[in-house]
Amino acid sequence: MVDKISVAAEIAEPERRKVFRKMFRQLGAATVITMFGKAVLDSRPARAASVLRPPGALPEPEFNAACIRCGLCVEACPYDILHLASWSDPAPTGTPYFVGRTDPCRMCPDIPCARACPTGALSPLLTDIKKADMGVAVLVGHETCLNYKGLTCSICVRVCPIIGEAISLKPIKNERGVLQIPTVDSSKCTGCGTCEKHCVLSEAAIRVLPRELGLGVEGAQSVGRW
Amino acid sequence: MRRLQAMLYRNRWLFSRRIVQLLIIAAFAVELPAGGYFAQGNLSSSVWFGIGLTDPYIWLQSLFSGAPLGKAALIGVVIVAVFYLLLGGRIYCSWVCPINLVTDFSYWVRQKLNIKSNFTLSKNLRVAILVLSLLLSLLSGTLAWETINPITLFQRELMWGSVAGATVLASIFLFDIFVTRRGWCSHICPVGAFYSELGRGGRLRVKATQAGACHGCTECIKVCPEPHVLAPVVSKKAAYVTHGDCTRCGACLDQCSTGALAMSLNFKRPAVFKGIPVVSGD
Repeated sequence: MVDKISVAAEIAEPERRKVFRKMFRQLGAATVITMFGKAVLDSRPARAASVLRPPGALPEPEFNAACIRCGLCVEACPYDILHLASWSDPAPTGTPYFVGRTDPCRMCPDIPCARACPTGALSPLLTDIKKADMGVAVLVGHETCLNYKGLTCSICVRVCPIIGEAISLKPIKNERGVLQIPTVDSSKCTGCGTCEKHCVLSEAAIRVLPRELGLGVEGAQSVGRW
Repeated sequence: MRRLQAMLYRNRWLFSRRIVQLLIIAAFAVELPAGGYFAQGNLSSSVWFGIGLTDPYIWLQSLFSGAPLGKAALIGVVIVAVFYLLLGGRIYCSWVCPINLVTDFSYWVRQKLNIKSNFTLSKNLRVAILVLSLLLSLLSGTLAWETINPITLFQRELMWGSVAGATVLASIFLFDIFVTRRGWCSHICPVGAFYSELGRGGRLRVKATQAGACHGCTECIKVCPEPHVLAPVVSKKAAYVTHGDCTRCGACLDQCSTGALAMSLNFKRPAVFKGIPVVSGD
């Protein structure tokens, strides 16, 4: 009997419920607004790619919109180099990418991955694989690259599928004599990753990066000191 | 033997559903002896025997985030959309979606453990999430729901063993057991909400077969994952289940012992309701 009365008393106290309801409603609204705010802030300016996309991929913002994460390109790849990004990867969940160092793009002339794409996120307009732009090779290790040390390793030059054009040896004179420096022609390099794969160092001295990261982008800040 | 037959008969819709669901998963996952798979891709977009199919909801998100139209995907979207438009949208939920296996299992565990606690959620919540996902796609330029969609996550990752996929699936499983009855599929998932809206006029429907057959035991309502859709038929105010939320899972048909309910395909113009038909016995 005593219990019943106390229960009844609690129900008859609607103020607390109202307060709680109001609190949770505000919390909900705050969550939604935060989500929207974060989405807006994160998306502008559109971030550059931080992973290598399959050949024919649209520029990163369009690619993220157009790719429906179906994995048809992954299955179409005869060399099985493509992966779909999981949560821990630095690309939107479910989008395809490859890692040059472990498994570079073999540059199939018929581009089966792009042909498989149902949405055109991998552009059907790309017909010549040598025109693909997956990224660009950059010789980052000027202190470790064997050619900079005066040896003629040149493995990156010799494995390049666009041999003699995308990377070539350019002689540079220094105090030790003439160095043969692997030099990338960024207009010819497709970013397939073969050079990075075959670099003999335990961490590659030549790396394939998405074009914006590899070459930089003009215009964000004014040139010179002020 | 007769008991086995009776058991099969009493679960005919359930078993058919499970077979279809597992076959669809297998078509994507089991490699053929000659190499390759029956179906390439995953449930967001796939190729079956050379025909491309694309999920209209994911395509819509893509469109909202500013993607150009791809021809192949557009054809796939039309095929899928027309199928669900004609038959009933949430057929996807109970016959195709792999997450349904998980949530149905949760529900079964819930019943076995006799868990009554239920955090009430509005059915409109999933519509809100649907709208939110489209708005977020529009704002962020990426497919908002696809970052967490457990359906494609299941196919992309869990089938190949990933922790992220397992975590999401486990949380849905536990949520459905301990927090809300039929919580994920009936209250949260925007994919279901989308298909529900798409297939509002679907013509594969549960119908009341004849007046007088129903004893009003309401067992069908008890097993229905979306009980509100059956209410008008059981209370004899309609001859058909017309609500878009009906998943055509057939649980009510399995449960009904009197044959008062049936599932039928009817493309004729819906007639004015004049009561459930009286069929003269012979």
